[in-house]
Amino acid sequence: MVAKIQPVVRSLYRNAGDFARRYAPLLILTSLVLLFTFISPNFMTVKNLTLMLRQVSFATISAVGIMFVMISGAIDLSIGSQIVFTNIVMAILMARYHVNPVLAILFCLFMGTFLGTVNGVLSVKLQIHPLIITLGTGTIYKGLGYIVANGKNIIGLPESFKVLGQGYIGPVPIPVLIMAVVALIGNFVLTRTYFGRYVFAMGGNPEAARLAGVDINRMRIITFAICGFASAITSVLLLSRVFSGQVFTGQGIEFDCLTAALLGGVSFIGGEGTIFGLITGVLIIGVLNNAMQLAGLPDFYQNVVKGTVLLVAVGFDMYQKRRRAKETIARVSTHG
Amino acid sequence: MSADYVVEMKGICKRFGGIEALRNVDLELRRGEIMGIVGDNGAGKSTLMKILSGAYLADAGEIFIDGQKVHIRGPLDARRLGISMIYQDLALFNNLDVAQNIFAGRELVRDRFGVFIDKKRMYNRAAELIRDLRVDIKSPKMSVARMSGGQRQMVACARAIAFQCKVLIMDEPTAALGVTEANKLLGLIRNLKDMGLSILLITQRIPDVLAIADRVFVLKGGQRQDVMEVSKVTLDDVVTMIVKGKGGNGTAAPEVQYKSFG
Repeated sequence: MVAKIQPVVRSLYRNAGDFARRYAPLLILTSLVLLFTFISPNFMTVKNLTLMLRQVSFATISAVGIMFVMISGAIDLSIGSQIVFTNIVMAILMARYHVNPVLAILFCLFMGTFLGTVNGVLSVKLQIHPLIITLGTGTIYKGLGYIVANGKNIIGLPESFKVLGQGYIGPVPIPVLIMAVVALIGNFVLTRTYFGRYVFAMGGNPEAARLAGVDINRMRIITFAICGFASAITSVLLLSRVFSGQVFTGQGIEFDCLTAALLGGVSFIGGEGTIFGLITGVLIIGVLNNAMQLAGLPDFYQNVVKGTVLLVAVGFDMYQKRRRAKETIARVSTHG
Repeated sequence: MSADYVVEMKGICKRFGGIEALRNVDLELRRGEIMGIVGDNGAGKSTLMKILSGAYLADAGEIFIDGQKVHIRGPLDARRLGISMIYQDLALFNNLDVAQNIFAGRELVRDRFGVFIDKKRMYNRAAELIRDLRVDIKSPKMSVARMSGGQRQMVACARAIAFQCKVLIMDEPTAALGVTEANKLLGLIRNLKDMGLSILLITQRIPDVLAIADRVFVLKGGQRQDVMEVSKVTLDDVVTMIVKGKGGNGTAAPEVQYKSFG
């Protein structure tokens, strides 16, 4: 019996580093939850947790989109601005032109996909790093949003539109349900389909992917389009939640998405990432936000804490990777 | 065109800007042989092979596979014709495991529309390939990032031959390997030949070529110099041809120290 267990234990020990790396986000999340449960009696209640989930659901949907872009080895800084633009346009369609909400939503989804596609096409055609491209297009999209809004808040949305952002199915808020669906689909596409494999391949080694027959340019455009589509879903839900068209809706959401993705182990240089990790990252941010609100800390303090957590988590990840690389070099050089 | 040759390249020319990388090069590869492609740095070895593998397009020239004229416009065309190339920088994906590497870009699918990948079949097939090649990789689930240079070459080999492949091009496979690993790899190349593959082996290590190749093809300054039967030449003959070319009148080779491969 002991003889059987021994190798298992040994391999467990050997893989402890891997294990820590893989589950570090989960460990951080668990400890935060335990900590706040002890500190604040209002934290571990169904009502509070439901609200917390709804709060993170909006950014999570965009984050699933940005994850496709990140794994493929690019970055999209424009999603907040895309949301600003689509949000205002959708609000105007419904409030001023009395467009049927369903049509307005479809238009918003189409428009978001289009804005994402523009990002993709520009990065392919101009051959400039997507960081710069999306910095530029983001500024443009935001500017266009402001122009269309013309300095006004757009009110007078149809009551029926409220349900998406504010409604519940049973005890579950609708945005949370939609987040779950988006995450499941994202996970499925990334892990089970041809397309998902291509995303990982091009993020890991673009030249090798090209030689293996992956159409890098087409993939780049599609991943940006997916990101735009996901952000458009966020835009719809945010408009329904805020229930008036405001140019501040969605601004800066890309930084929450990026933070969550990086916390959850999505690689900034591409090729790595899981939906599970992403959700963990999102929840870490959500729990921190929530607990600090419960504790009555002002926003500024929350930013300091979030930034610190990000640096610690990513720093730990890099430390682990570097150590592993060293081990590999040592092993290979003794090998032959 | 003779069907004795599995590959025939005729009058291949390639320029990169002002540099003439290949000038009117002909190459014939017999079925089931190992042909060494040798030449100094910049002689055009890799360029010629990359044209065959579809990574580059030739400016002029024709290619025949099994006597049939073909047009190779990209890596996919070459692969469809049964030509695989293992690139010097290996073209492996460090973020993927062995099986994912082998099937990258042509994942096995389980539905008619080719959307959903068949993981189980891919891992089984990868394990089979590793076994057939008799290489020391423990599991198709191992991450490539942690492997030694030799193991990585083996994965690249498995990747190259995983699908219908009759011509395998290897670009300096032993360059970064230690003596033991290089020898193992040469053994593997022989196995591949026994499995019926025709192999083009680019290398700087002439002793490797003399050890396992049937013929050796010499390039210099983008031009074909000679093709020699390995059984009839010495190391010096090959080196002389590389350094002096066709017009060298058989002068003795310069004093060059070659690392023997063990």
